[in-house]
Amino acid sequence: MAIAKLKSDATEARLAGVTLPDGAAWAQAARKDALARLRAMGLPSKRDEYWKYTDPSDLTAVAAPKAALFDAQEAPLFGDTDRLNIVFVDGVFDADASDVLAGEGLEIMRLSDALAADIHWAKDLYGVLETRGQTPVERPLAALNTALATDGVVIHATGKVSKPVHISYLHADETSDAILHNLVKVDAGAEVTLLETGSGAARFSSCLEADIADTGAFHHVRAQGRDHERRTVTHCFARVGAKSTFKSFTMTVNGVMTRNECVLEIIGDDAIAHVAGVCVGDGKDFHHDDTVFITHDALNGESRQVFKKVLRNGATGVFQGKILVKADAQKTDGYQISQSLLLDDDAQFLAKPELEIYADDVACSHGSTSGAIDETALFYLRSRGVPINVARNLLTLSFMAEALDEIDDPALAEELRDRLEGWLARHG
Amino acid sequence: MLEIKGLKVKLEDEDKQILKGLDLTVETGKVHAIMGPNGSGKSTLSYVLSGKDGYEVTGGSAQLEGDDLLDMEPEERAALGLFLAFQYPVEIPGVGNMTFLRTAVNAQRKARGEEELSAGEFLKEVRAKAKDLKIDADMLKRPVNVGFSGGEKKRNEILQMAMLTPKMCILDETDSGLDVDAMKLVAEGVNALRSEGRSFLVITHYQRLLDHIKPDVVHIMADGKIVKTGGPELALEVENNGYADILAEVS
Ligand SMILES: Nc1ncnc2c1ncn2[C@@H]1O[C@H](COP(=O)(O)OP(=O)(O)O)[C@@H](O)[C@H]1O
Ligand SMILES: [Mg+2]
Repeated sequence: MAIAKLKSDATEARLAGVTLPDGAAWAQAARKDALARLRAMGLPSKRDEYWKYTDPSDLTAVAAPKAALFDAQEAPLFGDTDRLNIVFVDGVFDADASDVLAGEGLEIMRLSDALAADIHWAKDLYGVLETRGQTPVERPLAALNTALATDGVVIHATGKVSKPVHISYLHADETSDAILHNLVKVDAGAEVTLLETGSGAARFSSCLEADIADTGAFHHVRAQGRDHERRTVTHCFARVGAKSTFKSFTMTVNGVMTRNECVLEIIGDDAIAHVAGVCVGDGKDFHHDDTVFITHDALNGESRQVFKKVLRNGATGVFQGKILVKADAQKTDGYQISQSLLLDDDAQFLAKPELEIYADDVACSHGSTSGAIDETALFYLRSRGVPINVARNLLTLSFMAEALDEIDDPALAEELRDRLEGWLARHG
Repeated sequence: MLEIKGLKVKLEDEDKQILKGLDLTVETGKVHAIMGPNGSGKSTLSYVLSGKDGYEVTGGSAQLEGDDLLDMEPEERAALGLFLAFQYPVEIPGVGNMTFLRTAVNAQRKARGEEELSAGEFLKEVRAKAKDLKIDADMLKRPVNVGFSGGEKKRNEILQMAMLTPKMCILDETDSGLDVDAMKLVAEGVNALRSEGRSFLVITHYQRLLDHIKPDVVHIMADGKIVKTGGPELALEVENNGYADILAEVS
C-alpha cells in the first residue's frame, strides 16, 4: 500500500504540468492510452524486481539531472557510409542539418508529422508494440515515452532501401530532457538499415517500435554517445514475421546511466532475431544495463543475445536477459551469452539470465561469465614483444569480437571496433 | 650470447624450489640442447628467461649479450632478441593470427627504433615463410592457435620465430606431439634460421629431434640443475640407456 502510494505520487509529480503534444485524434487517443497505462503501473522504483540492479531515480526524476556537454573531438561515426542523415538536437529536429526525407524504397517522415495526419499507417504501430511488450513485465518508462514523445522518425521500407537511415542525436544543452519515438515498418521482402548515434540530451528517452513483415529484414546499429554525464533509457519493441530477420547492435561508451531494453517477439516461422551489444565503462559513475526479453511464438526460430561489457575502476554492468519459448515454438534455437571483462577488482557485473521453455523440442543455451584478462594469453603476447598495454587492449578487443561479429556489415563493425580501440587507448 | 649463472628459482605462491643453481652458457651461433626427465625444470627455465609471472628468482643471474634479463619486462626481452617457442602454445580467441604476427613484428621494430613494416611488405614476407612451413592461408586468418592441431600450433611457433628473427631462440619441447613429417618441417624451419649470429637452446625429452637439428652441445638437466654437459653423443647415450645411468653416474 505504502509503496503503491509512493509510486503514484512519484508518477503524478513527474506528470504535473505536462501537456500532451498535439496530434490527430487517433494519436491523442494513443497518447492518452499510454498515460493511462503509465498511471496504472506507476513509474519504476528501485524496489521493483525488474529494477533490482539499476536505480531508475535519475530516469524518473521530475527534472533531468544536469549533464555537462562533452566534446569528443572526433569525426562523427559512420561518416564514410552513404546514408540519409537526420539530425535532432536535444530532441528537436534540425532541418538544416538533415537531408531531405526521401529515399528509394522508402517512405519516411517525422513522427510529429505522421501523428498529425488524420490517416497514417503509424496508427497501427504507435504504442501498439509497446503495449504488447508490457506483459508479462511492465515497462512504465516506455509508456511514458509513448505518451510524451515530441518527435522522432517513422520509416516505412517498401523495398530494398539502398542507403541506411542515420539518426544523429546531438546534445547541446546541459539540462535538456528529450523524448523521441521512432517507428519502423518493413514490408515483405523489404530491407532497411537504421543507424543511430549520439547522446541525445542530458536525459534522453528513445523508443523504437519495429514491425518486420514476413521475409523482411531490419538491421539496426546504434552508438550511444560518449557524454560522461548523460542519462539514457531506450526501448526497442520488435515483432518479427516468418522468414524475416531482425538484428540490433548497440555500442555504449561512457554515460552515467544507460538502460537499454529490447523486447522481441517472434511470431512467424523460421525467423531470425539477434540483439547484441558492447559497452565500455570507466569509473564508479558508469552504470550500464541491458535488459532483453525474447519471446518465441513460432516454429524454428533462431534468437541470439550476445552482450559483452568491459568495466573498470568501479564501473557497473547489468544484464537481464530472458528467452521465453511458448509451447508451439518447436525447434527454437535460442542462444544467450553475457560476459564481462573486469579490468580491476572494483568493477562489478550483475547478471540475471533466464530461460522459460514450454516446448519440448528446442535447443536453448545461455551462459554468463565475469572475468579478468587471461594472464596466459597476456604473457604469450608480451613474450612476442607486444607491450603490456597494447596486449591488454588487443585481448580486450578480442573479448568484444563475438558481439561485434553480430553486425552484418563489416565496414560498420570495423568502424565501431576502431572507436572501441580508441577508448581503450584513452582509458588504458 | 646467453649466460646463466647459479640460477635459483622458486614458485612465488608455494614453497617449492624448482631451479637450484643452474649454470649454462650458450655461445653465439651455437645450438645447445637440454635434455632431462619430466619435472626437472626445463619449462620453468624457459619461462623464467622469458619473464613469466609466478616465479621468484632467489639467486643467480641470466644475461643476454651482457644485458641482465631478469629485471626486464617480457616484451623488453623479446625486443632484445629473445624468443621462446612454447611447449604449449596459447590459444587466443578473437585475435587473428595475422593481426597477432603483425602487431608483434611491428612492436619489436618500434622498440628497436626501426621503421614498421607496411601491410604489403609484411604480407609478402609472412606468405613466403608460411609456405615453407606448409601453413595455409586459412591458418593465417584464424584466431591465434584456435582449432589448430598440435602440429599446427608448433609450426605456428616456428613461423613466429621466422618472422621475428630473434637472436636467442629457446624451443621448449617443440617436437612433442609431432609426427615424423611435421617434425621434419619444424626442423627444416629451425635449420633455415641457423646462422652465425643466432643461438638456439633446444629443450627436448627425446633424442629424435636432435637427429634433425644437430646440436653443438648437449646438457642433461635433472632436479633443477645442469648435471652433465657433452657433445651430440650424449643425446645418443640418453636414447640408448635412458636417464637412469647418467643420473646415477653424476650423483
Ligand atoms: N606453476 C607451477 N605450479 C606448481 N608446480 C609447478 C609450477 N611450475 C612448475 N612446477 C613444478 O616444477 C617442476 C618442474 O616443472 P617444469 O619446469 O614444467 O619441468 P619440465 O619442463 O622439465 O618437465 C615440476 O615438479 C612441476 O610440477
Ligand atoms: Mg616442460
